[in-house]
Amino acid sequence: MKTTYREAMRAAIRDAMDRDDRVFLMGEDVGAYGGCFAVSLGLLEEFGPERIRDTPLSESAFVGAGIGAALGGMRPIVEIMTVNFSLLALDQLVNNAATLLHMSGGQFNVPIVVRMTTGAGRQLAAQHSHSLEGWYAHIPGLRVVAPATIEDARGMLWTALDDPDPVLVFEHSGLYGIEGELTDDAGAVDIDRAAVRSPGDDLTIITYGGMLPVALSAAASLVDDGVDAEVIDLRTLRPLDADTILASVARTHRAIVVDEGWRSGSLSAEVSARITEHCFYELDAPVARICTEEVPMPYPRHLEQAALPQPEEVVAAAREMLGAA
Amino acid sequence: MGEFRMPSLGADMDVGTVVEWRVRPGDEVHRGDIVALVDTEKSTIEVEVFEDGIVEELLVEPGAEVPVGTPLARIGAVAEAAAAGTAPAPPAAPAEAEAVREAEAVPEPETVPEPSRAAPPRAPSGGKRRRRAKPLAAPQPAPAGRSDGRVRASPLARRRAADAGIDLSTLRGSGPGGAVLAADLAAPTDADVQSAPTAEEHRPEPAVSGAAPGAEAEPGAEGSTAGAKDRQAAMRHAIAALMARSKREIPHYYVATTIDFGAARTWLDDQNARRGVGERLLPAVVLLKATALAAREAPHVNGFWDDGFQEPPAVHLGVAVSLRGGGLVAPAIHDADRMDLDGLMGALRDLVERARSGRLRSSEMSDPTITVSNLGDQGAEEVLGVIYPPQVGLVGFGRIVERPWAVDGMIGVRPVVRATFAGDHRASDGHDGARLLTTIDRLLQAPEAL
Repeated sequence: MKTTYREAMRAAIRDAMDRDDRVFLMGEDVGAYGGCFAVSLGLLEEFGPERIRDTPLSESAFVGAGIGAALGGMRPIVEIMTVNFSLLALDQLVNNAATLLHMSGGQFNVPIVVRMTTGAGRQLAAQHSHSLEGWYAHIPGLRVVAPATIEDARGMLWTALDDPDPVLVFEHSGLYGIEGELTDDAGAVDIDRAAVRSPGDDLTIITYGGMLPVALSAAASLVDDGVDAEVIDLRTLRPLDADTILASVARTHRAIVVDEGWRSGSLSAEVSARITEHCFYELDAPVARICTEEVPMPYPRHLEQAALPQPEEVVAAAREMLGAA
Repeated sequence: MGEFRMPSLGADMDVGTVVEWRVRPGDEVHRGDIVALVDTEKSTIEVEVFEDGIVEELLVEPGAEVPVGTPLARIGAVAEAAAAGTAPAPPAAPAEAEAVREAEAVPEPETVPEPSRAAPPRAPSGGKRRRRAKPLAAPQPAPAGRSDGRVRASPLARRRAADAGIDLSTLRGSGPGGAVLAADLAAPTDADVQSAPTAEEHRPEPAVSGAAPGAEAEPGAEGSTAGAKDRQAAMRHAIAALMARSKREIPHYYVATTIDFGAARTWLDDQNARRGVGERLLPAVVLLKATALAAREAPHVNGFWDDGFQEPPAVHLGVAVSLRGGGLVAPAIHDADRMDLDGLMGALRDLVERARSGRLRSSEMSDPTITVSNLGDQGAEEVLGVIYPPQVGLVGFGRIVERPWAVDGMIGVRPVVRATFAGDHRASDGHDGARLLTTIDRLLQAPEAL
């Protein structure tokens, strides 16, 4: 079945609503407008305003309401328009959702799923385009996932809802339009393991989310150089599946981390550090990182593209690593 | 067990030339066996092996001058070699070895998730070429070594080189800044092949003179060939470097005392009167034994300095031996404090003989923990010595002379010897040096107990 990432995500929400009547969706413009990125288009008509709820423009309020609903036995899916806006709900997410199980001595789980878009590439400028998922990956008590494929868009939501603790789902806005085949029986997938998206022996490119197409494009270019790059999609940013990363790097001896976040204090720094801590004696080159330029995301297209990691940069880093600089 | 490396036969040795192998691949060797003759700037040394094992492969051709630390031979454990037959594991088959190591290095390659749920497969244009990654363009060779002596190399290359016994500094790195990468290890044979003849070209004489080491051709009778002259010049150079280093780095202090040798002389005369000519004891032996015993008692005068005082394993007495053609060596008499005088006399005689014929052993060159310089034979009454790094002390003895000497308020004529101690002030103080000399004096007053 030919579909898109957006449709796969919508199918996932529909499937969850069908499976469990405790599931509902709420957020800004998810109902009448069909969602800012049209993910929930048509769901209001299908499930009604009780379960597809438009909320006031207060992230703190509706995320807090979602946490309360989860504590009360519901299975809320809360949509935040972009990760930039989630900062208004940071207190609810970090101080409440992430801590209540711990602070209640294990009495209260918070089975909330918070979906939000992340990333740049659509000329939405510096208040709608940043990749701050790495911040959330810092927080114990949260699980952070980043579906980068149609299968994961279709399959991660149900597993996240099934998780008794808060799960944040980061959907890169640049991925909504990608098209691909989805089998009719596609369903829930694990949210524990990283995935090898393209096997190779010569170097490992580690990435996630919106940078997966960039990494795969770079790997395809490198084939022409006779270089087999392995591409790993982290899928889950917290907890990191270090085993998959380390097993790959132990085999290829070279690693490039591609992260749309900024370099300093980033998820790419964490991945690089894990490799260096556990794979130092396997490394044949320093771990390389390709990250977004450390500027607020520019609005003009050419500047935005210049700020974002590009396949050519990944290819250049790979070539340098392999001794052909 | 791994490789047998060019040993450092003293602080002044940077390079050595293998002039002869005493073992062949397949030979079983035991700790202390002499496996090779190595030519240094000072002399030809019989080099011993320090572990038991089986020689798997000789890595350096006779005549090749190599830096200290260079692997000379691969020596396998007895069981290991037996299991593998006598077939050595040649470094020329790194691919296989690499595969084995890689298999070990990756604990669970099976746990890598199946790529089956992978997203859009890569554009299938022409399919993947399964070429192994090689440098994409011709690497610009750059010397791996740097001015600070550290070789730039990736952790993987460093680890694999260590496993394979390859000296990284012999490789040319193809990585950034000339860094040695794992791929550069795959062709170590090139570097090996190149380096050996180069060394021969630069130093033909040692190679030639070493080519006939079986003929104990009186290396002592130096001066007759150009090679010997070179040897002398080289030795001068080595002594110059070492002594300059000593005076540059070691804050020397000196203490001295005059020791009444009367009791020792009387005892020696008595002993020697009852011995055949061949078994007679020289005064030097008594002085050496007294020094060895005293060195055991006095703190911080026997041992090494390496960023701090290093306790020595024993008293290995270095004995300065001047060579006939000029220059000197100071090889060790091992455990001199535990030898009786006859044993020490035999050891001294053997050592001087071999030093002068250029047949010293590697352990003798590298092991001394304190050195004695006795210039009494040359007529000097006092020696103020220069310490051999990394040792921390040198005892000097002058000529035994008769002097008017006051004992118990009376003046008599007594044989006396001037004893000096040059100490490393980082390791010990004048008090320690004085105590050493006082102890030597006390021991010499009871020679029968030595």
